[in-house]
Amino acid sequence: MLKVTYKFEDDISTDIIYPGRYMATVLPSETPQYAFDDITELNKILNSSEKLEIPLVIAGKNFGCGSSREQAASTLKGHNVIVIARDFARIFLQNSINLGLRTIICPDIEAQQDDEIEITESKVINNSLKKEFNITPLPAARQAIIDAGGLIPYAREVLVRERGNNCKI
Amino acid sequence: MPQTLVQKILSKACGKVKVEVGDVVEPQVNLAMSHENAALVINQFQEIFSGTSLEAYVWNPDKIAIIFDHRVPAESKKTATNQKKVRTFIEKQGITKFHDIRGDEGGICHQILPENGYVLPCSVIVGTDSHTTTHGALGAFSFGVGATEMATVWALGRIMNIEVPATIKVIANGDFGKYITSKDLILYLIGKLTAEGANFKVLEYTGSTFEKMNTSARLTVCNMSVEAGATSGIVPADTETVRYLRDEAWYKGKLDLVQSDSDAKFDRIVEIDTDSLEPQIACPHTVDNVKPVSQVEGTKIDQIVIGSCTNGRLEDIEIAADILRGHKVSRNVRLLVFPASARIYKQAMDRGLFSSLLEAGAVIMNSGCGPCLGIHQGALGDGERALATTNRNFKGRMGNPSSEVYLSSAAVAAASAITGVITDPRKGGY
Repeated sequence: MLKVTYKFEDDISTDIIYPGRYMATVLPSETPQYAFDDITELNKILNSSEKLEIPLVIAGKNFGCGSSREQAASTLKGHNVIVIARDFARIFLQNSINLGLRTIICPDIEAQQDDEIEITESKVINNSLKKEFNITPLPAARQAIIDAGGLIPYAREVLVRERGNNCKI
Repeated sequence: MPQTLVQKILSKACGKVKVEVGDVVEPQVNLAMSHENAALVINQFQEIFSGTSLEAYVWNPDKIAIIFDHRVPAESKKTATNQKKVRTFIEKQGITKFHDIRGDEGGICHQILPENGYVLPCSVIVGTDSHTTTHGALGAFSFGVGATEMATVWALGRIMNIEVPATIKVIANGDFGKYITSKDLILYLIGKLTAEGANFKVLEYTGSTFEKMNTSARLTVCNMSVEAGATSGIVPADTETVRYLRDEAWYKGKLDLVQSDSDAKFDRIVEIDTDSLEPQIACPHTVDNVKPVSQVEGTKIDQIVIGSCTNGRLEDIEIAADILRGHKVSRNVRLLVFPASARIYKQAMDRGLFSSLLEAGAVIMNSGCGPCLGIHQGALGDGERALATTNRNFKGRMGNPSSEVYLSSAAVAAASAITGVITDPRKGGY
C-alpha cells in the first residue's frame, strides 16, 4: 500500500519537474536534489532525511510535456518515485522507460493527496475511494527495454551481439 | 498498399518495402544532433561500452552534429567544463559537424542544421532536443530523443524500438494578411489541437499556404509542432525545398522528393483557412492557451524577446526592424534580439537592420537559446511579464516561476515594444 505524496493537474512540463536553470547538471546521480525545485513543499519531502521509500505522484494528462531533458526522468528515478498519470508526453515516457523510472498510464485515475493506493499488474486500486482503475499496458517494444533493465543494458547486449564476440559481460 | 510520407521514409530507413502504422522498427539514422547535453550523451555512451572489451567509438563520426547553443559563451564553470569535455570527445572521435562558439559559423542548432545543408528530404534525423521537429520543414522525419537514446544511436547507428507513428494531415489554404506569419498559423493550430492533441503522431503540412511558404516560415511551423505533442512535423519537400538547399545551404548532392500517396490513410484531417487569420498569442502557462491578439491587447509587458530557434531568422529580424525603424522602444520595456545563427547575424548587420533596432533601443545579443528557457541571460523578475517569439510559456520557463510569458510573432513583439503593451501590429500604421 502506498500513500499519494502529491497530486498534479494536467500538462506538467519538464520545466516544473526539473527547471532549466539546473540543466548544466547532467549526471543522473547529481540530479535528484533539484526535483520539482519550484514546488518547495514537494522538493522538501523528496529530499528530506526521513525519505519516503516510494514517493507516489499522481498526475493528469500530458505529464512531462516540453523539453527532451533526460534529467526530468533521472531526477525522479533518483528518488524512486512512481508516477501514475492519465497519460504522458512521448519523450518523457520514453526517457522514463530507458532509465527505469516507473511510469503507469491510468487514463481514468482518480486520487487525492494522502489517498491509499495499491498497484497490481493491471489495475490501480484507490482504497480511500474504494475504486479501481485500469492500467494501459505498455507496447511490447517498450516493455522489452524495461525487462532488460533499461536501455543501456538492452543496447549493450545488441552491441556485443553485432560488434564483438570477445566480450566480458 | 498506400503509405504516408513518414511511412515511406521509415520504410527506406529500415530497408523494407513498406511499414505499417504501429510496427516496431529500428530505422537507420542519417543525422544525430546534440548540443551541450552531449556531455550527458557521452556519459551514457561510455556506460553502454563499459564491461565489454569493445572500444567506445561512435558508429559514424560524419553523421553526428554537435552545436553549442544553450549557454554560449559559458555562464558558469560547470558549463565551461562540460563544453571542454565535449570538445575533447569530438576530437577523439573525429566528429566533423561541430559548431563551437564562433561568430562565423556558430548559432542555434535548429538553424545551423538546415543552413549548412545537413538536413535532407527523406532522411531520418534525431536530436537531443525536443524542437528537433524543426527539420521536418525540409521533408525529413526528425524528432527529439533523450540522452540515453542518443547514446544508443551513437553506438549502433539506428534508433531502437520505435513505433511507426500515425499522421494527422493539416491542410492550410489561403494567404496571410499584412503582419500575419507562419507563427500565427502554428499558434492557432496548437490552440485547436491542444498541447497533447498530436501526442505520438506526426503533423504533415499541406495546402496552398504551405506551398507558397518559404523554408524559414516552414521551419517555424515544424519547430512548434512538438507543442501539440507531435513526434514530428513535416512539410513534403518541393521546389522551394530544392531552392533553399541549392541557393541558401549550398547543397549539391542528389535530392529525394517524396510525398504521401494520395490514398494514404491519415489519422485525421484538420483544415485551416488562413485568409482571415488574426495575430495569435499563446497566454500563460500553456502553449495551447491561444487567443487572438484582440483579446489580450493592452496587457502590460516588461521584457520582449525576439529570437530563438522558432523566430530568430532573418525575416523575423527584418519585420521587427521595419516596424521599429524611426520609433523608440518604450521606457517600460527591455527589448532583446537574439539572431538564430552567426550567418543570420551577419546578414542582418549587412542589411543595416541592427542600426534600426539599436537606434530604437533594442539590445542585440549573440546567437543562443539562453533566455527562451531561462538558463542564460534575460531572466525575469518576480511578477514580471514577457512577450517572446520563442516556443514555450510554461510556468518558470524564463527562469522565474512567479513571472509570465506570452508568445507571439516577431511583428506583434516589435509593435508591442513601442507601446509597452501587447499590440496588434496592423493598427500602428508602421
